[in-house]
Amino acid sequence: MIHSLFLISNAGDLFLEKHWKSVISRSVCDYFFEAREKAVEPDNVPPVIRTPHHYLINIYREKIFFVSVIQTEVPPLFVIEFLHRVAETFQDYFGECSETTIKDNVVIVYELLEEMLDNGFPLATESNILKELIRPPTILRSMVNTITGSSNVGETLPTGQLSTIPWRRAGVKYTSNEAYFDVVEEIDAILDKSGTAVFAEIQGVIDACVKLSGMPDLTLSFMNPRLLDDVSFHPCVRYKRWESERVISFIPPDGNFQLMSYHISAQNLVAIPVYVKQNISFFETGSSGRLDITVGPKQTMGKTLECLVVTVHMPKVVLSANLSATQGTYNYDPVTKILVWDIGKLNPQKLPNLKGSLSLQSGAPKPEENPSLNIDLKIQQLAISGLKVNRLDVYGEKYKPFKGVKYVTKAGKFQVRT
Amino acid sequence: MRNALVSAENLQLTLKSDFSSEEQALTNNHSSGNEEKPSRGNEDLKEMLESNKESLKLEAMKRIVGLIAKGKNAYELFPAVVKNVASKNIELKKLVYVYLVRYAEEQQDLALLSISTFQRALKDPNQLIRASALRVLSSIRVPIIVPIMMLAIKEAATDLSPYVRKTAAHAIQKLYSLDPDQKEHLIEVIEKLLKDKSTLVAGSVVMAFEEVCPDRIDLIHKNYRKLCNLLVDVEEWGQVVIIHMLTRYARTQFVSPWREDAVFDENSEKTFYDSEGRRVDQSKPYIMDPDHRLLLRNTKPLLQSRNTAVVMAVSQLYWHLAPKHELSIITKSLVRLLRSHREVQYIVLQNIATMSIQRKGMFEPFMKSFYVRSTDATHIKTLKLEILTNLANEANISTILRELQTYVKSQDKAFAAATIQAIGRCATNISEVTDTCLNGLVLLLSNRDETVVAESVVVIKKLLQTQPSQHSDIIKHMAKLFDSITVPMARASILWLMGEYCEHVPKNAPDVLRKMAKTFISEEDIVKLQTVNLAAKLYLSNSKQTKLLTQYILNLGKYDQNYDIRDRTRFIRQLIVPNEKSGALSRYARRILMAPKPAPVLQSAFKDRDRFQLGTLSHTLNSQSNGYLELSDWPAVAPDQSVRIVEVVELAGAPLLGKSKPGKSAEKFYSDSEEEEEEEGSSSEDSSSSSSEESESESESEENSDDSNKSSSSESDSEKKKKTLKNKKLQQQKPDILNITYLPPQIIQKALLLFIMTKFFSIHIVLAFSNQFVANCRCSLLCLCVFLACQFDAVSWHVRVSLQASFPVFVPETSHELLHRMTGKGLSAQYRFTRQPCIYGNSMVSLQLTLSNSSDQALENIHISEKSSTGQNIHRFNAIERLEPQASVTVSMGVDFNDSTQAANFQLCTKEDELSVSIQPPAVGELLLPITMTEADFTKEQGKLLGMNESSATITMTPENISSQSVNRKVVSVANLGVIPSSQENIHRRCLNLTKPTFWNVIKKTNCS
Repeated sequence: MIHSLFLISNAGDLFLEKHWKSVISRSVCDYFFEAREKAVEPDNVPPVIRTPHHYLINIYREKIFFVSVIQTEVPPLFVIEFLHRVAETFQDYFGECSETTIKDNVVIVYELLEEMLDNGFPLATESNILKELIRPPTILRSMVNTITGSSNVGETLPTGQLSTIPWRRAGVKYTSNEAYFDVVEEIDAILDKSGTAVFAEIQGVIDACVKLSGMPDLTLSFMNPRLLDDVSFHPCVRYKRWESERVISFIPPDGNFQLMSYHISAQNLVAIPVYVKQNISFFETGSSGRLDITVGPKQTMGKTLECLVVTVHMPKVVLSANLSATQGTYNYDPVTKILVWDIGKLNPQKLPNLKGSLSLQSGAPKPEENPSLNIDLKIQQLAISGLKVNRLDVYGEKYKPFKGVKYVTKAGKFQVRT
Repeated sequence: MRNALVSAENLQLTLKSDFSSEEQALTNNHSSGNEEKPSRGNEDLKEMLESNKESLKLEAMKRIVGLIAKGKNAYELFPAVVKNVASKNIELKKLVYVYLVRYAEEQQDLALLSISTFQRALKDPNQLIRASALRVLSSIRVPIIVPIMMLAIKEAATDLSPYVRKTAAHAIQKLYSLDPDQKEHLIEVIEKLLKDKSTLVAGSVVMAFEEVCPDRIDLIHKNYRKLCNLLVDVEEWGQVVIIHMLTRYARTQFVSPWREDAVFDENSEKTFYDSEGRRVDQSKPYIMDPDHRLLLRNTKPLLQSRNTAVVMAVSQLYWHLAPKHELSIITKSLVRLLRSHREVQYIVLQNIATMSIQRKGMFEPFMKSFYVRSTDATHIKTLKLEILTNLANEANISTILRELQTYVKSQDKAFAAATIQAIGRCATNISEVTDTCLNGLVLLLSNRDETVVAESVVVIKKLLQTQPSQHSDIIKHMAKLFDSITVPMARASILWLMGEYCEHVPKNAPDVLRKMAKTFISEEDIVKLQTVNLAAKLYLSNSKQTKLLTQYILNLGKYDQNYDIRDRTRFIRQLIVPNEKSGALSRYARRILMAPKPAPVLQSAFKDRDRFQLGTLSHTLNSQSNGYLELSDWPAVAPDQSVRIVEVVELAGAPLLGKSKPGKSAEKFYSDSEEEEEEEGSSSEDSSSSSSEESESESESEENSDDSNKSSSSESDSEKKKKTLKNKKLQQQKPDILNITYLPPQIIQKALLLFIMTKFFSIHIVLAFSNQFVANCRCSLLCLCVFLACQFDAVSWHVRVSLQASFPVFVPETSHELLHRMTGKGLSAQYRFTRQPCIYGNSMVSLQLTLSNSSDQALENIHISEKSSTGQNIHRFNAIERLEPQASVTVSMGVDFNDSTQAANFQLCTKEDELSVSIQPPAVGELLLPITMTEADFTKEQGKLLGMNESSATITMTPENISSQSVNRKVVSVANLGVIPSSQENIHRRCLNLTKPTFWNVIKKTNCS
């Protein structure tokens, strides 16, 4: 399946190669470089590239291209999903997945890649199992390692892979048992000029941090499970029980994981927590423009909006911006043409406003389209869909764990057209 | 004290290695300074590898791996590295493996040095070491070791550990790519592994199947149902591969579910009237093969997977296999995937694009999910546009057009151009909006951006072709724009329009030609060609005004640098200008040039993509890639369904309800000989009965036949024959191979017959353990011994850490009644020992409880009461909220019997009642758990257990039972034991475990009378 993997930095530096079958010359990447050049933006590189003898399937993450070489027919999503899993594993191990961390930990990276694939077919991708095989680096351990020369490979061989519950390792022990759940909802919306929603839906995830000893069997139930339109689960969740009883029953992996994600479709009315009054105009003469944006709360269920940020991708002809903000700071980057206005907490009594003039490249025709605004926000202790966790029960273990649920609403792909 | 010593040692080591690491750092700097001369740096590495300090070696290997990762050559270090292959340090070993796999191909002779290490490791008692040895051995691409690999794979395929078997499945593919000549042998291994019931193995072996012998669909038949049932529990990557394979399989085995269409149903009255034999047959409603349904049902939950590849795989399975009205369930899941990464979106959108052409209805409710965001990548935007266009119909076109209008203004000009094309397609497909679209496009002609204008012109040209007469004003407008448009394609389009409809614009066309005559030389080729066309057409329709102009242009064209244009000019001149040499053609010039032309059909670029299976690489690229396996058409008549009839394997998670047959395990004993005979003949015999059986037989060679015992004189002749046959067979078999075979139902009947006969002539010692086991009276004696042994287990033990629970050799299917439906007021319960290690606790025995409701009211809130009347520790199953009438449900629970045969009493509660029930371990054998150990360990542990701990019994057996095989069978059926390979042939050692290990020796003495 997956023949080889090349890691290429955004600057075009090929800094790691790994082959699972016979060696493929790195010259195969020339086809990728060609496509990369053609695409201008890294985002526009086609994920699947055909070369005379191979197929290159690539993903772009954290400024790194993961380019895999394929020789025969394979579902492309299989490879893409796997590459993302690799990137996530790196992130999990090193805190971030960047060129420097990979270069610094090249041996661990190599050991990980060796365990994750056998002959191009995924072998161990569960982080719980990988962590038993290869210990993640910590500052303390890396110091100890350099002094004593001991290794970061697990001394004992893992058993998780062999059990019927491959996502959980055996013999987990904690002095304080705790289980935390974060319900995070993101609003995806497109608002048109007048502020009405062209499209709006909610994407939610439940992230869990479960640190429980032994083999607990958890059951999570909701007050209003009917709200959930479409769900996808971590493999540990018993789907049959969800089907029949609408409860989530599972033996959790140890540590952090994403329990489920759900989707509440546009059919239900989605509350839009914010409104934007904007006026952006470019003048025919004088190569200048005016910008005036005001943000205010709409349906916030009495909660405050935090971390409010407005991002505008300006047309190419905008050279600079001379604005004044009543609250927060703004920054215009003339190279990327991105205007960022960081508002912070929204005060409903005194609405933040950004006003001023834009100067355009002289002689160039005025842009015909006004740039759309991307909005970022956060509301603590609120799931905008109204989803509520009812209770969490622990079976199979005798202790009483500490339980907690947190709700957060964020803006996902929230766009205002102008 | 000991600790102190160790730490002192460590300290010493620390000091040493500290020094050496400083040394390394120096050499490291040195070598990195001289990148030009890698040999220099490699010298250092070689020295480090040859030193006898582990830490130094490890450091060297780390640097070497760093070199490999960068793609630098390190192969001359091979001899130094390969020496460390047998290192005790796990990390060092792993890094050496990495190196070995990378360079073995280039250093074949030296690589052979390492082979013996792996061969030794293949025999290691630790399954993970066996597996990793096989993994590396099979990754060394050295043709000379092919026979060794083959042998290793064959051995690993019969390994007790599913993990090792999984590795074997991976190794099959590696060996196949190294030496395709081994195909036949490998297929045998694949066949064997396909029968494996472990979820670990399933994905990998199907992958091997797909790579080695995808055309051997016959190997799948017997395993089809098992694969369907296992699917949910297979790891996600395996699921993808299995689903793709099953899609292909199903297309060859089932008839099309699409044949029946709704129209047929509605007109059933009509068919009733002209019902003449065949007609009726044809209109007979389609009945889906239950196996087909099984596949659809079992894949459905996977739509909820977090793995996008799995969701896509299920979607394509539904697309290719499901009846049309069931397709809608995949829509939501596919739309959900659009929230995922950019690359995932790209692939999913491509597949949706193909689907949306054929079935608009599926995605129409989700139209808004395909609205474009300004932050999307260009290829995502284009795909979304494609889908929006596909979804357009009379009802939603106004919404879509409004949306498209905003896209036209996009700063991404390539996208804006694509939008204009999309508008054009909407206009041609939906006649109501053609005019609106056209007007909109004409407005775009005054756009400032050239690409937008040019694209509009091209699209307008295509639209006008459909209805030119009403739109002469638009053509005039375009003639006016002609001067300002510079994009060649757009200019050429206008010229073509002028020529084609010159009758509608009689005044403008000659003027345009005049302008063109002036600029002809500086135009692009495509524009020149159209100018010549225009000139010719005008010459024919309006020769008075344009004769001279045409001749001028034709003269210019005659001397053009491009031979296409020269050629065209020459051709046109001959065609239109009458001269003495002109042939018959010129008479038809008008009809040739001014022939009415069919309007172009604007269609999706995804129109022909459906020839490829969705979700494949070929579909993404729209061209067949290497190794693409064509999806066959539905067969007109379904092939024999019975080929799939196998004894459905009872899964731990989904057992067949109410099918437990008392005494089944007993049948099995006797059926083995037949079963093997039968398999040699035709294995595909089937019967209508759905009864099923699995049997795992364990055979050991048996030579010590006894001649003295003639007591079984009453044995029938036929039986004797069978017996000898069986013995012969046994001799051929290797010892200690776990043999899993499926038994066709027909044979069970025969076996039952045989069973009754033998029972009649056997020794009757009845022990009251359990009714079901009375039949196995002779085995019960063995049982007694186990029981006795347990009474004496009071001595303390050294608990071995490395004891591993192994998988049960044999799982009886027998269920026992827990609660009769009469006493339970409609609720009945049966339990069964699964013989699996209990997940709830080490000392617990896992039980499977089948609850069924035979009353006519639903039972609510079935659970086990909190208070346990006896001291046993019970892991309760989660309360069942509701059990419908006639429904049954299976739950698993764990009971800690405290190693006694005391019954576990507890209360089974429903909403209304509390029912006392008790679980009686039918024999002490169910409380045991086999563990894996070597013979040496066994003897050692056993040695500690002599005297009071020992209990023995002698059993007299009839000769037909004397074979070690049959003894084994009986023993494993009553007690959950494992077998330890033994070097002595007449001694069979068994090892078992309560909370403390107990050991069991079955020593067979010959000549027992």
